[in-house]
Amino acid sequence: MKWEVVIGLEVHTQLSTVSKIFSGASTAFGAAPNTQACNIDLAYPGVLPVLNEAAVDKAIRLGLALGSKINQKNVFARKNYFYPDLPKGYQISQMDLPVVEGGQIAIQLGDEEKVIRLTRAHLEEDAGKSLHEDFHGLSGIDLNRAGTPLLEIVSEPDMRSVEEAVAYARALYTLVTWLGICDGNMQEGSFRMDVNVSVRPQGQEAFGTRREIKNLNSFRFLEQAAKYEIQWQIDQLEDGGKIQQATVLFDPDTGETRMMRSKEDAHDYRYFPDPDLLPVRIGDEWIARVKGEMPELPEQMKARFAEQYGLSAYDAALLTASLAQARYFEAAAGDCGQGKLVANWINGEIAARLNRDGGDIAACPIGPQRLAGLVMRIADATLSSKLAKQVFDAMWDCDLSADAIIERDGLKQVSDVGAIEKMVEDAIAANPKAVEEFRAGKEKALNALAGQVMKASKGKANPAQVLEILKNKLTA
Amino acid sequence: MSLTQQDVARIAKLARIAVTEQEIDAIGQQLNDIFGLIEKMQAVNTDNVEPMAHPQDVALRLRADAVTEQDRRDAFMALAPQTEAGLFLVPKVIE
Repeated sequence: MKWEVVIGLEVHTQLSTVSKIFSGASTAFGAAPNTQACNIDLAYPGVLPVLNEAAVDKAIRLGLALGSKINQKNVFARKNYFYPDLPKGYQISQMDLPVVEGGQIAIQLGDEEKVIRLTRAHLEEDAGKSLHEDFHGLSGIDLNRAGTPLLEIVSEPDMRSVEEAVAYARALYTLVTWLGICDGNMQEGSFRMDVNVSVRPQGQEAFGTRREIKNLNSFRFLEQAAKYEIQWQIDQLEDGGKIQQATVLFDPDTGETRMMRSKEDAHDYRYFPDPDLLPVRIGDEWIARVKGEMPELPEQMKARFAEQYGLSAYDAALLTASLAQARYFEAAAGDCGQGKLVANWINGEIAARLNRDGGDIAACPIGPQRLAGLVMRIADATLSSKLAKQVFDAMWDCDLSADAIIERDGLKQVSDVGAIEKMVEDAIAANPKAVEEFRAGKEKALNALAGQVMKASKGKANPAQVLEILKNKLTA
Repeated sequence: MSLTQQDVARIAKLARIAVTEQEIDAIGQQLNDIFGLIEKMQAVNTDNVEPMAHPQDVALRLRADAVTEQDRRDAFMALAPQTEAGLFLVPKVIE
Protein backbone atom coordinates (compact mmCIF):
# COMPACT_ATOMS: atom_id res chain seq x y z
CA MET A 1 0.00 0.00 0.00
CA LYS A 2 1.10 3.58 -0.68
CA TRP A 3 1.09 5.72 2.43
CA GLU A 4 0.79 9.46 2.72
CA VAL A 5 2.52 11.28 5.55
CA VAL A 6 0.84 14.13 7.44
CA ILE A 7 2.93 16.36 9.68
CA GLY A 8 2.19 19.41 11.82
CA LEU A 9 4.62 21.27 14.07
CA GLU A 10 4.43 23.12 17.37
CA VAL A 11 7.49 25.25 17.94
CA HIS A 12 8.40 26.85 21.26
CA THR A 13 10.46 29.93 20.53
CA GLN A 14 12.09 31.62 23.48
CA LEU A 15 11.54 35.35 23.11
CA SER A 16 14.67 37.45 23.46
CA THR A 17 13.61 39.70 26.32
CA VAL A 18 16.02 40.63 29.12
CA SER A 19 13.48 39.93 31.86
CA LYS A 20 10.82 37.25 32.35
CA ILE A 21 7.31 37.34 31.00
CA PHE A 22 5.64 38.02 34.38
CA SER A 23 8.51 39.10 36.64
CA GLY A 24 11.57 41.35 36.67
CA ALA A 25 14.05 38.46 37.04
CA SER A 26 16.76 38.12 34.41
CA THR A 27 16.47 35.61 31.56
CA ALA A 28 20.24 35.45 30.87
CA PHE A 29 21.39 31.91 30.09
CA GLY A 30 23.95 30.04 32.15
CA ALA A 31 23.64 31.70 35.58
CA ALA A 32 24.22 29.69 38.77
CA PRO A 33 21.05 27.72 39.62
CA ASN A 34 18.16 29.62 41.19
CA THR A 35 19.96 32.97 41.20
CA GLN A 36 17.50 34.32 38.63
CA ALA A 37 14.31 33.06 40.21
CA CYS A 38 12.36 35.65 42.20
CA ASN A 39 9.32 35.20 44.42
CA ILE A 40 6.94 35.37 41.43
CA ASP A 41 8.86 32.61 39.60
CA LEU A 42 8.90 30.58 42.82
CA ALA A 43 5.12 31.04 43.27
CA TYR A 44 5.23 32.59 46.70
CA PRO A 45 1.79 33.26 48.18
CA GLY A 46 0.41 36.71 47.46
CA VAL A 47 2.58 37.56 44.46
CA LEU A 48 1.01 38.80 41.25
CA PRO A 49 2.24 38.44 37.66
CA VAL A 50 2.77 41.63 35.63
CA LEU A 51 3.05 41.14 31.87
CA ASN A 52 6.23 42.17 30.04
CA GLU A 53 5.33 44.56 27.23
CA ALA A 54 8.27 43.45 25.07
CA ALA A 55 6.96 39.87 24.93
CA VAL A 56 3.67 41.11 23.45
CA ASP A 57 5.59 43.37 21.09
CA LYS A 58 7.56 40.42 19.71
CA ALA A 59 4.41 38.32 19.29
CA ILE A 60 2.80 41.14 17.28
CA ARG A 61 5.94 41.33 15.18
CA LEU A 62 5.67 37.65 14.23
CA GLY A 63 1.94 37.97 13.56
CA LEU A 64 2.50 40.88 11.17
CA ALA A 65 5.29 39.01 9.37
CA LEU A 66 3.06 35.95 8.87
CA GLY A 67 0.05 37.97 7.75
CA SER A 68 -1.87 36.68 10.76
CA LYS A 69 -4.77 38.20 12.62
CA ILE A 70 -3.60 40.00 15.76
CA ASN A 71 -6.23 39.47 18.44
CA GLN A 72 -6.56 42.97 19.84
CA LYS A 73 -8.11 41.43 22.90
CA ASN A 74 -6.34 38.29 24.07
CA VAL A 75 -6.57 36.36 27.28
CA PHE A 76 -4.20 34.43 29.54
CA ALA A 77 -5.37 31.11 30.95
CA ARG A 78 -4.12 28.64 33.51
CA LYS A 79 -2.98 25.26 32.24
CA ASN A 80 -3.08 23.03 35.30
CA TYR A 81 -0.67 20.19 35.96
CA PHE A 82 1.66 19.14 38.74
CA TYR A 83 5.38 18.86 38.26
CA PRO A 84 8.18 19.98 40.58
CA ASP A 85 9.67 22.43 38.07
CA LEU A 86 6.31 24.23 37.87
CA PRO A 87 5.92 25.68 41.36
CA LYS A 88 2.48 27.26 40.89
CA GLY A 89 0.87 23.99 39.81
CA TYR A 90 -0.19 25.70 36.59
CA GLN A 91 1.48 27.28 33.61
CA ILE A 92 0.20 30.67 32.47
CA SER A 93 -0.60 30.25 28.78
CA GLN A 94 -3.26 31.26 26.28
CA MET A 95 -6.16 29.06 25.19
CA ASP A 96 -9.29 30.53 23.59
CA LEU A 97 -7.93 33.91 22.59
CA PRO A 98 -4.23 33.70 21.64
CA VAL A 99 -2.36 36.84 20.63
CA VAL A 100 -1.81 35.64 17.04
CA GLU A 101 -4.25 33.64 14.88
CA GLY A 102 -3.84 32.27 11.34
CA GLY A 103 -1.23 33.39 8.86
CA GLN A 104 1.09 31.52 6.54
CA ILE A 105 4.70 31.02 5.55
CA ALA A 106 6.23 29.97 2.23
CA ILE A 107 8.77 27.16 2.10
CA GLN A 108 11.17 26.43 -0.75
CA LEU A 109 11.51 22.83 -1.97
CA GLY A 110 14.08 22.87 -4.73
CA ASP A 111 12.50 25.06 -7.40
CA GLU A 112 9.01 24.74 -5.98
CA GLU A 113 7.37 26.90 -3.36
CA LYS A 114 4.71 25.64 -0.98
CA VAL A 115 2.63 27.60 1.51
CA ILE A 116 2.19 26.26 5.05
CA ARG A 117 -0.70 27.65 7.07
CA LEU A 118 -0.32 28.65 10.70
CA THR A 119 -3.03 27.88 13.22
CA ARG A 120 -1.98 30.24 15.99
CA ALA A 121 0.83 31.58 18.13
CA HIS A 122 0.33 32.13 21.82
CA LEU A 123 2.35 33.56 24.69
CA GLU A 124 3.23 31.44 27.71
CA GLU A 125 5.83 31.01 30.42
CA ASP A 126 8.53 28.34 30.40
CA ALA A 127 8.95 25.89 33.29
CA GLY A 128 12.12 25.30 35.34
CA LYS A 129 14.56 22.43 34.92
CA SER A 130 14.67 19.14 36.78
CA LEU A 131 18.00 17.42 37.29
CA HIS A 132 17.54 13.76 38.01
CA GLU A 133 21.11 12.63 38.49
CA ASP A 134 22.74 11.85 41.74
CA PHE A 135 21.04 13.71 44.57
CA HIS A 136 20.72 10.73 46.93
CA GLY A 137 17.59 9.51 45.13
CA LEU A 138 16.10 13.01 45.01
CA SER A 139 15.72 15.39 42.06
CA GLY A 140 17.31 18.84 41.93
CA ILE A 141 15.21 21.79 40.74
CA ASP A 142 16.61 24.90 39.05
CA LEU A 143 13.98 27.58 38.49
CA ASN A 144 16.10 30.08 36.55
CA ARG A 145 14.22 29.21 33.36
CA ALA A 146 10.80 29.35 35.05
CA GLY A 147 8.90 32.33 33.66
CA THR A 148 11.02 32.81 30.55
CA PRO A 149 8.72 34.07 27.78
CA LEU A 150 7.80 31.59 25.06
CA LEU A 151 5.83 32.02 21.90
CA GLU A 152 4.35 28.69 20.88
CA ILE A 153 3.81 28.68 17.13
CA VAL A 154 1.39 26.01 15.88
CA SER A 155 1.12 24.99 12.23
CA GLU A 156 -1.76 23.33 10.43
CA PRO A 157 -1.10 19.67 9.46
CA ASP A 158 -0.03 20.88 6.00
CA MET A 159 3.26 19.06 5.56
CA ARG A 160 3.34 15.87 3.50
CA SER A 161 6.97 14.76 3.92
CA VAL A 162 9.89 15.00 6.32
CA GLU A 163 11.61 17.33 3.83
CA GLU A 164 8.66 19.73 4.03
CA ALA A 165 8.66 19.59 7.82
CA VAL A 166 12.36 20.44 7.96
CA ALA A 167 11.96 23.20 5.36
CA TYR A 168 9.09 24.67 7.38
CA ALA A 169 11.07 24.53 10.64
CA ARG A 170 14.02 26.20 8.94
CA ALA A 171 11.86 28.91 7.36
CA LEU A 172 10.28 29.65 10.72
CA TYR A 173 13.72 29.71 12.35
CA THR A 174 14.98 32.16 9.73
CA LEU A 175 11.95 34.36 10.31
CA VAL A 176 12.07 34.54 14.14
CA THR A 177 15.80 35.26 14.16
CA TRP A 178 15.41 37.71 11.26
CA LEU A 179 12.71 39.58 13.17
CA GLY A 180 14.97 39.68 16.23
CA ILE A 181 12.33 38.08 18.47
CA CYS A 182 14.41 34.96 19.25
CA ASP A 183 18.18 34.55 19.57
CA GLY A 184 17.98 31.21 17.74
CA ASN A 185 20.41 29.46 20.06
CA MET A 186 19.20 25.89 19.67
CA GLN A 187 21.75 24.35 22.06
CA GLU A 188 20.33 26.56 24.79
CA GLY A 189 16.78 25.52 23.91
CA SER A 190 15.67 28.79 22.31
CA PHE A 191 13.87 26.93 19.49
CA ARG A 192 12.24 23.62 20.51
CA MET A 193 10.04 21.59 18.22
CA ASP A 194 7.18 19.15 18.88
CA VAL A 195 6.18 17.25 15.76
CA ASN A 196 2.82 15.56 15.16
CA VAL A 197 3.08 12.65 12.74
CA SER A 198 0.44 10.41 11.20
CA VAL A 199 0.13 8.33 8.04
CA ARG A 200 -2.90 7.43 5.93
CA PRO A 201 -3.43 5.34 2.79
CA GLN A 202 -2.79 7.42 -0.32
CA GLY A 203 -6.09 8.96 -1.39
CA GLN A 204 -7.83 8.65 1.97
CA GLU A 205 -9.44 11.86 3.18
CA ALA A 206 -9.51 11.29 6.95
CA PHE A 207 -6.29 11.77 8.93
CA GLY A 208 -4.68 8.76 10.58
CA THR A 209 -4.14 8.65 14.34
CA ARG A 210 -1.19 10.84 15.26
CA ARG A 211 1.67 10.50 17.68
CA GLU A 212 3.51 13.55 18.94
CA ILE A 213 7.31 13.57 19.22
CA LYS A 214 8.25 16.03 21.95
CA ASN A 215 11.07 18.47 22.42
CA LEU A 216 13.43 18.23 19.44
CA ASN A 217 16.15 20.86 19.54
CA SER A 218 17.89 20.41 16.18
CA PHE A 219 16.80 20.09 12.56
CA ARG A 220 18.82 16.91 12.26
CA PHE A 221 16.95 15.31 15.19
CA LEU A 222 13.67 16.51 13.68
CA GLU A 223 14.54 14.72 10.46
CA GLN A 224 15.76 11.52 12.13
CA ALA A 225 12.87 11.33 14.58
CA ALA A 226 10.15 11.97 11.98
CA LYS A 227 11.67 9.43 9.55
CA TYR A 228 11.89 6.77 12.24
CA GLU A 229 8.37 7.48 13.48
CA ILE A 230 6.84 7.33 9.99
CA GLN A 231 8.47 3.97 9.28
CA TRP A 232 7.38 2.68 12.70
CA GLN A 233 3.76 3.67 12.06
CA ILE A 234 3.73 2.15 8.56
CA ASP A 235 5.21 -1.09 9.92
CA GLN A 236 2.54 -1.24 12.64
CA LEU A 237 -0.29 -0.69 10.16
CA GLU A 238 1.07 -3.12 7.58
CA ASP A 239 1.37 -5.76 10.28
CA GLY A 240 -2.33 -5.29 10.92
CA GLY A 241 -1.83 -3.20 14.05
CA LYS A 242 -3.43 0.09 15.03
CA ILE A 243 -1.82 3.37 16.05
CA GLN A 244 -2.76 4.60 19.52
CA GLN A 245 -2.60 8.33 20.09
CA ALA A 246 0.47 8.97 22.23
CA THR A 247 3.28 11.28 23.15
CA VAL A 248 6.75 9.94 22.38
CA LEU A 249 10.33 10.97 23.02
CA PHE A 250 13.22 10.74 20.56
CA ASP A 251 16.46 9.18 21.74
CA PRO A 252 19.35 10.64 19.69
CA ASP A 253 21.65 7.79 20.80
CA THR A 254 19.50 5.00 19.36
CA GLY A 255 17.74 7.11 16.69
CA GLU A 256 14.41 5.69 17.91
CA THR A 257 11.24 7.13 19.37
CA ARG A 258 9.70 5.64 22.50
CA MET A 259 6.41 6.07 24.27
CA MET A 260 6.24 8.72 26.98
CA ARG A 261 2.53 8.53 27.71
CA SER A 262 -0.54 7.15 26.00
CA LYS A 263 -3.82 8.94 25.50
CA GLU A 264 -5.35 7.20 28.53
CA ASP A 265 -3.03 8.97 30.94
CA ALA A 266 -2.80 12.13 28.84
CA HIS A 267 -3.03 15.28 30.86
CA ASP A 268 -6.33 16.93 31.52
CA TYR A 269 -5.17 20.50 31.84
CA ARG A 270 -8.49 22.06 32.95
CA TYR A 271 -7.78 25.45 31.35
CA PHE A 272 -9.57 28.49 32.68
CA PRO A 273 -8.95 32.27 32.37
CA ASP A 274 -6.30 33.38 34.86
CA PRO A 275 -8.05 35.64 37.38
CA ASP A 276 -4.69 37.31 38.18
CA LEU A 277 -4.43 38.74 34.67
CA LEU A 278 -6.88 41.02 32.88
CA PRO A 279 -7.39 40.71 29.12
CA VAL A 280 -4.54 42.20 27.06
CA ARG A 281 -5.69 45.05 24.84
CA ILE A 282 -3.64 45.81 21.76
CA GLY A 283 -4.69 49.16 20.31
CA ASP A 284 -4.36 50.18 16.66
CA GLU A 285 -1.53 52.57 17.58
CA TRP A 286 0.46 49.73 19.11
CA ILE A 287 0.14 47.61 15.97
CA ALA A 288 1.02 50.63 13.82
CA ARG A 289 4.13 51.27 15.90
CA VAL A 290 5.34 47.66 15.57
CA LYS A 291 4.63 47.79 11.84
CA GLY A 292 6.82 50.88 11.61
CA GLU A 293 9.68 49.07 13.37
CA MET A 294 9.57 45.94 11.18
CA PRO A 295 12.69 45.14 9.20
CA GLU A 296 12.42 44.28 5.52
CA LEU A 297 11.22 40.65 5.47
CA PRO A 298 13.14 37.78 3.84
CA GLU A 299 10.61 37.39 1.01
CA GLN A 300 10.66 41.11 0.21
CA MET A 301 14.44 41.28 0.36
CA LYS A 302 14.74 38.25 -1.89
CA ALA A 303 12.59 39.92 -4.54
CA ARG A 304 14.50 43.18 -4.22
CA PHE A 305 17.91 41.48 -4.54
CA ALA A 306 16.79 39.72 -7.73
CA GLU A 307 15.51 42.99 -9.17
CA GLN A 308 18.19 45.41 -7.97
CA TYR A 309 21.28 43.28 -8.56
CA GLY A 310 20.04 41.13 -11.44
CA LEU A 311 20.32 37.88 -9.46
CA SER A 312 18.53 34.59 -10.07
CA ALA A 313 15.74 33.67 -7.64
CA TYR A 314 17.95 30.84 -6.44
CA ASP A 315 20.93 33.11 -5.68
CA ALA A 316 18.65 35.65 -3.99
CA ALA A 317 17.11 32.90 -1.83
CA LEU A 318 20.54 31.69 -0.70
CA LEU A 319 21.62 35.21 0.20
CA THR A 320 18.50 35.81 2.30
CA ALA A 321 18.83 32.55 4.26
CA SER A 322 19.70 34.71 7.27
CA LEU A 323 19.69 38.40 8.04
CA ALA A 324 23.45 38.31 8.74
CA GLN A 325 24.11 36.81 5.31
CA ALA A 326 21.84 39.33 3.56
CA ARG A 327 23.54 42.23 5.36
CA TYR A 328 26.97 40.86 4.43
CA PHE A 329 25.93 40.71 0.79
CA GLU A 330 24.50 44.21 0.75
CA ALA A 331 27.56 45.67 2.43
CA ALA A 332 29.93 44.04 -0.07
CA ALA A 333 27.74 44.73 -3.12
CA GLY A 334 27.28 48.35 -2.03
CA ASP A 335 31.04 48.80 -1.65
CA CYS A 336 31.99 47.55 -5.10
CA GLY A 337 28.80 47.93 -7.13
CA GLN A 338 29.13 44.35 -8.45
CA GLY A 339 26.13 42.48 -7.02
CA LYS A 340 26.28 39.49 -9.35
CA LEU A 341 30.02 38.88 -8.79
CA VAL A 342 29.64 39.29 -5.01
CA ALA A 343 26.71 36.83 -5.01
CA ASN A 344 28.81 34.30 -6.94
CA TRP A 345 31.62 34.50 -4.39
CA ILE A 346 29.32 34.28 -1.34
CA ASN A 347 27.22 31.41 -2.72
CA GLY A 348 30.24 29.67 -4.22
CA GLU A 349 33.67 29.79 -2.65
CA ILE A 350 32.66 31.30 0.71
CA ALA A 351 29.65 29.00 1.23
CA ALA A 352 31.75 25.95 0.37
CA ARG A 353 34.46 26.87 2.88
CA LEU A 354 32.02 27.82 5.65
CA ASN A 355 30.17 24.59 5.02
CA ARG A 356 33.41 22.64 5.29
CA ASP A 357 34.31 24.36 8.57
CA GLY A 358 30.74 24.18 9.90
CA GLY A 359 30.34 27.93 10.46
CA ASP A 360 27.96 30.60 9.21
CA ILE A 361 28.65 33.97 7.63
CA ALA A 362 29.51 35.47 11.02
CA ALA A 363 32.51 33.10 11.08
CA CYS A 364 33.78 34.21 7.65
CA PRO A 365 37.34 35.52 8.09
CA ILE A 366 36.92 37.78 5.06
CA GLY A 367 34.61 40.68 5.89
CA PRO A 368 32.32 42.32 3.30
CA GLN A 369 34.72 45.21 2.72
CA ARG A 370 37.65 42.95 1.91
CA LEU A 371 35.48 40.82 -0.36
CA ALA A 372 34.39 44.00 -2.17
CA GLY A 373 38.07 44.91 -2.60
CA LEU A 374 38.74 41.54 -4.25
CA VAL A 375 35.67 41.73 -6.49
CA MET A 376 36.70 45.21 -7.65
CA ARG A 377 40.01 43.84 -8.90
CA ILE A 378 38.18 41.13 -10.83
CA ALA A 379 35.78 43.64 -12.33
CA ASP A 380 38.55 45.95 -13.52
CA ALA A 381 40.49 43.01 -15.02
CA THR A 382 43.45 43.34 -12.65
CA LEU A 383 42.82 39.70 -11.68
CA SER A 384 41.89 36.77 -13.88
CA SER A 385 39.52 34.31 -12.21
CA LYS A 386 42.46 32.01 -11.57
CA LEU A 387 44.50 34.75 -9.90
CA ALA A 388 41.42 35.90 -7.97
CA LYS A 389 41.11 32.43 -6.46
CA GLN A 390 44.78 32.61 -5.45
CA VAL A 391 44.29 36.03 -3.81
CA PHE A 392 41.13 34.76 -2.09
CA ASP A 393 43.03 31.78 -0.64
CA ALA A 394 45.66 34.15 0.76
CA MET A 395 43.01 36.51 2.16
CA TRP A 396 41.28 33.65 4.00
CA ASP A 397 44.36 33.11 6.15
CA CYS A 398 45.37 36.71 6.86
CA ASP A 399 43.74 40.10 7.19
CA LEU A 400 45.45 41.88 4.31
CA SER A 401 43.38 43.54 1.60
CA ALA A 402 43.23 42.10 -1.92
CA ASP A 403 45.34 45.02 -3.18
CA ALA A 404 48.01 44.40 -0.55
CA ILE A 405 48.26 40.73 -1.52
CA ILE A 406 48.35 41.50 -5.25
CA GLU A 407 51.19 43.96 -4.57
CA ARG A 408 53.07 41.64 -2.20
CA ASP A 409 52.87 38.54 -4.43
CA GLY A 410 53.09 40.38 -7.75
CA LEU A 411 49.83 38.84 -8.94
CA LYS A 412 48.70 41.68 -11.15
CA GLN A 413 47.30 40.48 -14.46
CA VAL A 414 49.49 41.66 -17.33
CA SER A 415 47.41 43.72 -19.73
CA ASP A 416 50.31 45.65 -21.26
CA VAL A 417 49.94 45.05 -25.03
CA GLY A 418 53.66 45.37 -25.71
CA ALA A 419 54.61 42.77 -23.10
CA ILE A 420 51.99 40.31 -24.30
CA GLU A 421 52.94 40.82 -27.95
CA LYS A 422 56.51 39.92 -27.09
CA MET A 423 55.44 36.70 -25.36
CA VAL A 424 53.10 35.81 -28.24
CA GLU A 425 55.91 36.24 -30.76
CA ASP A 426 58.17 34.02 -28.68
CA ALA A 427 55.49 31.34 -28.51
CA ILE A 428 54.91 31.45 -32.27
CA ALA A 429 58.61 31.14 -32.92
CA ALA A 430 59.01 28.23 -30.52
CA ASN A 431 56.00 26.21 -31.78
CA PRO A 432 56.05 26.09 -35.57
CA LYS A 433 54.07 22.86 -35.62
CA ALA A 434 51.11 24.36 -33.76
CA VAL A 435 51.23 27.43 -36.00
CA GLU A 436 51.08 25.22 -39.08
CA GLU A 437 48.15 23.25 -37.70
CA PHE A 438 46.22 26.39 -36.90
CA ARG A 439 46.81 27.77 -40.38
CA ALA A 440 45.61 24.42 -41.75
CA GLY A 441 42.30 25.11 -40.02
CA LYS A 442 42.77 23.37 -36.69
CA GLU A 443 41.27 25.87 -34.23
CA LYS A 444 42.39 23.83 -31.25
CA ALA A 445 46.02 24.61 -31.97
CA LEU A 446 45.32 28.19 -30.95
CA ASN A 447 44.57 27.07 -27.39
CA ALA A 448 47.87 25.24 -27.21
CA LEU A 449 49.68 28.41 -28.21
CA ALA A 450 47.69 30.52 -25.77
CA GLY A 451 48.58 28.01 -23.07
CA GLN A 452 52.25 28.52 -23.84
CA VAL A 453 51.86 32.29 -23.49
CA MET A 454 49.96 31.96 -20.20
CA LYS A 455 52.69 29.67 -18.92
CA ALA A 456 55.40 32.13 -19.94
CA SER A 457 53.51 34.90 -18.09
CA LYS A 458 53.16 32.68 -15.00
CA GLY A 459 49.37 32.90 -15.39
CA LYS A 460 49.33 36.66 -15.17
CA ALA A 461 48.60 37.59 -18.79
CA ASN A 462 45.04 38.66 -19.53
CA PRO A 463 43.73 35.53 -21.33
CA ALA A 464 41.27 37.40 -23.55
CA GLN A 465 44.01 39.73 -24.72
CA VAL A 466 46.40 36.84 -25.38
CA LEU A 467 43.86 35.12 -27.63
CA GLU A 468 43.12 38.32 -29.53
CA ILE A 469 46.78 39.16 -30.18
CA LEU A 470 47.57 35.56 -31.14
CA LYS A 471 44.77 35.51 -33.68
CA ASN A 472 45.82 38.85 -35.14
CA LYS A 473 49.45 37.75 -35.51
CA LEU A 474 48.61 34.37 -37.06
CA THR A 475 46.05 35.64 -39.54
CA ALA A 476 47.96 38.79 -40.48
CA MET B 1 -25.16 16.00 34.59
CA SER B 2 -24.33 13.65 37.41
CA LEU B 3 -20.84 12.64 38.50
CA THR B 4 -20.02 9.02 39.19
CA GLN B 5 -17.70 7.90 41.99
CA GLN B 6 -15.06 7.33 39.34
CA ASP B 7 -15.40 10.91 38.08
CA VAL B 8 -14.92 12.21 41.61
CA ALA B 9 -11.85 10.03 42.13
CA ARG B 10 -10.37 11.27 38.85
CA ILE B 11 -10.97 14.94 39.65
CA ALA B 12 -9.40 14.44 43.07
CA LYS B 13 -6.39 12.76 41.50
CA LEU B 14 -5.90 15.59 38.97
CA ALA B 15 -6.04 18.13 41.79
CA ARG B 16 -3.73 15.99 43.97
CA ILE B 17 -6.29 15.96 46.78
CA ALA B 18 -6.50 12.81 48.89
CA VAL B 19 -10.13 11.73 49.11
CA THR B 20 -11.09 8.67 51.15
CA GLU B 21 -13.74 6.13 50.09
CA GLN B 22 -16.02 7.51 52.77
CA GLU B 23 -15.72 11.08 51.48
CA ILE B 24 -16.38 10.33 47.83
CA ASP B 25 -20.17 10.33 48.00
CA ALA B 26 -20.38 13.56 49.98
CA ILE B 27 -17.92 15.35 47.68
CA GLY B 28 -19.73 13.96 44.64
CA GLN B 29 -22.95 15.45 45.98
CA GLN B 30 -21.30 18.86 46.49
CA LEU B 31 -19.84 18.84 43.00
CA ASN B 32 -23.20 17.82 41.53
CA ASP B 33 -24.82 20.76 43.32
CA ILE B 34 -22.29 23.04 41.63
CA PHE B 35 -23.09 21.47 38.27
CA GLY B 36 -26.75 22.14 38.99
CA LEU B 37 -25.93 25.80 39.47
CA ILE B 38 -23.95 25.85 36.22
CA GLU B 39 -26.89 24.24 34.40
CA LYS B 40 -29.16 27.03 35.64
CA MET B 41 -26.72 29.64 34.34
CA GLN B 42 -26.36 27.86 31.02
CA ALA B 43 -30.13 28.06 30.53
CA VAL B 44 -29.86 31.86 30.29
CA ASN B 45 -29.90 33.15 26.72
CA THR B 46 -26.48 34.68 26.00
CA ASP B 47 -26.81 35.20 22.24
CA ASN B 48 -25.06 38.42 21.24
CA VAL B 49 -23.19 38.59 24.55
CA GLU B 50 -19.42 38.58 24.23
CA PRO B 51 -17.82 36.11 26.64
CA MET B 52 -15.99 37.87 29.46
CA ALA B 53 -12.56 36.79 30.66
CA HIS B 54 -12.80 39.11 33.64
CA PRO B 55 -15.74 40.77 35.42
CA GLN B 56 -14.27 44.25 35.01
CA ASP B 57 -13.93 45.85 31.60
CA VAL B 58 -10.37 47.07 32.06
CA ALA B 59 -7.17 46.24 30.23
CA LEU B 60 -4.07 44.60 31.66
CA ARG B 61 -1.31 46.88 32.91
CA LEU B 62 2.07 46.09 31.39
CA ARG B 63 5.64 46.56 32.58
CA ALA B 64 8.69 47.63 30.60
CA ASP B 65 11.24 44.89 29.83
CA ALA B 66 13.86 45.54 32.51
CA VAL B 67 15.60 43.40 35.14
CA THR B 68 14.42 44.67 38.52
CA GLU B 69 14.97 41.58 40.71
CA GLN B 70 18.17 40.78 42.59
CA ASP B 71 19.52 37.36 43.46
CA ARG B 72 17.88 36.32 46.76
CA ARG B 73 18.62 32.63 46.51
CA ASP B 74 20.01 32.29 50.03
CA ALA B 75 16.86 33.76 51.55
CA PHE B 76 14.59 31.52 49.49
CA MET B 77 16.70 28.42 50.13
CA ALA B 78 16.56 29.03 53.87
CA LEU B 79 12.82 28.28 53.68
CA ALA B 80 13.14 25.07 51.65
CA PRO B 81 13.15 21.67 53.36
CA GLN B 82 16.17 20.38 51.43
CA THR B 83 18.71 22.01 49.11
CA GLU B 84 22.06 21.16 47.58
CA ALA B 85 24.44 22.93 45.18
CA GLY B 86 21.98 25.79 44.76
CA LEU B 87 19.15 23.42 43.82
CA PHE B 88 15.86 22.73 45.59
CA LEU B 89 15.63 18.98 46.26
CA VAL B 90 12.34 17.17 45.74
CA PRO B 91 11.21 13.54 45.68
CA LYS B 92 12.31 11.99 42.40
CA VAL B 93 9.76 12.33 39.61
CA ILE B 94 10.56 10.99 36.19
CA GLU B 95 7.97 10.97 33.51
